[in-house]
Amino acid sequence: MTTITAPTGLSRAELARRVAGDLVDGWCVNVGIGAPLQLPAQATPGKEILYHCEHGLLGVGPAPDGEPDPDVTDAGKNPVTLLDGAASFDSSTSFAIARGGRLDLCVLGGLQVSERGDLANWLVPGGNPGVGGAMDLAAGARRVWVMMDHLDKRGNPKLRKECTFPLTGAGVVDRVYTNLAVFEFVDGVLTLRECAPGITPEQLGPLTEATFQIDLWNQGESE
Amino acid sequence: MDKIRPKAADALDSVHNGASIAIGGFGQSGVPLDLIDALCDRDVRGLHIIANNGGRGLPGERGIGRLLAENRVSRFSCSFPVNPAFFERYFSGEVEIELVPQGTLAERLRAGGSGIGGFYTPTAAGTVLADGGFVVRYGKNGEPEKTLAQKERRVIDGRTYVLESPLRPDFALVKAHRADRYGNLRFRLGARNFNPLAAMAAKTTIAQADQIAAALDPDDIHLPGPFVDRVVATELEPAR
Repeated sequence: MTTITAPTGLSRAELARRVAGDLVDGWCVNVGIGAPLQLPAQATPGKEILYHCEHGLLGVGPAPDGEPDPDVTDAGKNPVTLLDGAASFDSSTSFAIARGGRLDLCVLGGLQVSERGDLANWLVPGGNPGVGGAMDLAAGARRVWVMMDHLDKRGNPKLRKECTFPLTGAGVVDRVYTNLAVFEFVDGVLTLRECAPGITPEQLGPLTEATFQIDLWNQGESE
Repeated sequence: MDKIRPKAADALDSVHNGASIAIGGFGQSGVPLDLIDALCDRDVRGLHIIANNGGRGLPGERGIGRLLAENRVSRFSCSFPVNPAFFERYFSGEVEIELVPQGTLAERLRAGGSGIGGFYTPTAAGTVLADGGFVVRYGKNGEPEKTLAQKERRVIDGRTYVLESPLRPDFALVKAHRADRYGNLRFRLGARNFNPLAAMAAKTTIAQADQIAAALDPDDIHLPGPFVDRVVATELEPAR
């Protein structure tokens, strides 16, 4: 029996910078619990991004340097700041922004993504259930990107033929950013677009249960 | 007309065992802690609590975590319970869960408060929270005793939507930043969250407010007074 030693690839902070690099100036972007919460700290020069927090804030920035305001938090209840253009509103209005099609993007964490673009990110069978806003965001945002490790803690591929965990949404995912690679669903087909530095497409094969085609982006082509 | 009550205990005197109660707040922000403390002091039990989160399960915790720790809740409608003490009671069959996606929870409260008989949403279509099967209650033997039934579906413009029902709880406990004697409320930043929606939905709404003014400016009101029955001043937190 051979053991596959997975390469490390990008750190969490590097992955956040990679995702932030693909955001488009003027976008309204929801960031979900987990790795995506690092995005508001990744200010990209020349881009204004309106970060949306599901309970009812828009226009949040990184954690404050000074005293945190208990009424200014992200979806993970961590203290954040309000930038110019920020707005506060109730949770119904907040999810109207999502379901009403005003979110250009939501970035969610992922437990599993299937080769059809199904997302599972709220429940490991047998674990403690808690769904939060993930299903509303997955159903409502104009684009859904998933930010996750390529393998789970036991070394199993998270990009799978089928999700074995309960779904958050069926066929909702547009892109997956992992520590090893970037994938995009192109006409419904999972497509490898980019490998992390030092990673080759050949290395990804055994680390990815889902079937994927390869059509790599040229430099700077992602948006 | 004066909706101000001197003490939280007076404002809560009609809350009874088995009542359904919507409570505002997201995480620690916008939770009506004084009202929840007064509710626990009334020693009511068997409550159906409707709130987004379930506290954190820390020793001496206030808020919804206290209601759960003191075993006052028999049914919990929520989106993100987290609290390990709650899950212990859920898996041992002591409390029933209605797990609701966060946006659907907000909209069900809004619908209840607006006289809307239900709505179709794409949220949760194709998942166990709409197609059914999610375990609502475990038996004492640890086996699932009650599971969610399939919700009515409808295809609208080629997309599958799920029918959701309004929530119309007996009471709401909410936290406002400012209030006046007419029951007009203004909230603060992210503390607004579920508070105005819970207030709208309930048959009787009780608000605690950090500041009480003679009358709020009409353009500064987030929720008009007819949705609010009683107002008490916040006891412990300093006004900001």
